[in-house]
Amino acid sequence: MAEEEGEKEVTLLGTWSSPFVLRVKWALRIKGVEYTYVEEDLRNKSPQLLQYNPVHKKVPVLVHRGRAIAESSVILHYIDEAWPHHPLLPHHPYEKAMARFWCKFEDDKLSPPLWRVLTTQAEEQREAHASAIESLGLLENELEGKKFFGGQTIGLVDVWFGALAYIIPIYEEITGLKLVEQRKLPRLCRWMEEFLSSPAVEGTLPPKDMLLPRYAAMREAFLAKAKRPEQQ
Amino acid sequence: MVAAAAEVKLLGMWASPSVRRVEWGLQMKGIEYEYVEEDLANKSAALLRHNPVHKQVPVLLHGDRAVTDSLLILEYIDETWLGMPLLPRDPYRRASARFWAKFAEENCREATKKAFFERGEERSEAIEQLREQLQRLDEELEGKKFFGGVEIGFADLAVGWMAFWLGVSEEVAGFTVVDAKKLPRFAEWMDDFLRVPVIRDNLPPREKTVEFFRYYRDQQLAAAAAAAK
Repeated sequence: MAEEEGEKEVTLLGTWSSPFVLRVKWALRIKGVEYTYVEEDLRNKSPQLLQYNPVHKKVPVLVHRGRAIAESSVILHYIDEAWPHHPLLPHHPYEKAMARFWCKFEDDKLSPPLWRVLTTQAEEQREAHASAIESLGLLENELEGKKFFGGQTIGLVDVWFGALAYIIPIYEEITGLKLVEQRKLPRLCRWMEEFLSSPAVEGTLPPKDMLLPRYAAMREAFLAKAKRPEQQ
Repeated sequence: MVAAAAEVKLLGMWASPSVRRVEWGLQMKGIEYEYVEEDLANKSAALLRHNPVHKQVPVLLHGDRAVTDSLLILEYIDETWLGMPLLPRDPYRRASARFWAKFAEENCREATKKAFFERGEERSEAIEQLREQLQRLDEELEGKKFFGGVEIGFADLAVGWMAFWLGVSEEVAGFTVVDAKKLPRFAEWMDDFLRVPVIRDNLPPREKTVEFFRYYRDQQLAAAAAAAK
């Protein structure tokens, strides 16, 4: 009896707008794992959050059978290993390594320039834009002959990149810069549609009318900060 | 299909902690490999071909496969050669090892880099951050000899650079964060870690490493000063 209750004892601490939290939600959905979701206010962190993630005090945090796991990449691997059905990672060690490589690629070579596209202007923004386009081009190549990065079904890399599918159009709208053009990155375009309409993802996205002003405000804040003279 | 017995080559650089980390893993598992020293000022065709995205060492070549990024390489090694596991079997313990590896590799490295290269307030903030991070590592070692438990494991290999290269950074850049009184468990871990034969026998010469990082730091600072003008 206690064992069965323990089995369902999964809690996810998150915030509505965080793409990192969404990754975990998608993974739990794919695995069919039921969980309790707790919305955190990061300006007023709960004792639970501070207890479960004392090192970083961030979301997402997954709590399973009373034990906490933090950092979305660590959580995704944990989910894949604790619930081995519907695997997120390929079976073969080399393919696993390649999947992890693409996740790191996103962190190192795609997220940073995309962030700079949102938060800078003029020359800095132009450079960031070019850099982001170059990285997106590599993703386009990787999708050759595949419906998803994971193959026929959504895998770890799709979950990892997934937020881009809804964030990129928002960045495009705010900055007026095109990032994923149908004629230049057709596979990526199609992937975005497939991903967003898949059962695991449908209905999970934060509302656009809440996200757009949020990201627009970030842009304004960063541009304003850049205009102020350096404090020596 | 590449058999585990296919040829293994490691492209590396003698002073790099990321490269040594892979060597520690390979040697713990008793994997034979050929080491190829790269001149990072004059990168080989092989390096550029096998790591076109980052053009960095280490790169592990196994048959016709190339794996980059030291922690990814260690996971690949662990999943391909099953003897002497680096990661535990239990998913939660694996998650814990990966968490601390990420902490050491991203947060601690970032802070160390800033303490090493920056000046003024950015530097003192980084040093403070590093002290807090070391406190966390010290706490994690409670009741354990190594991060991996009784023996070294994945997390120890990931944190391992701090047992040697952190001291080098402190010496070259003139700061102190490892206070044995404030971090008794971490200080003991450093000693125990460096005494493990596979580690002890696979470290760069200290003086030469200090010299190298001193030169590297001077170069970077000069370049930053020139750019600021």
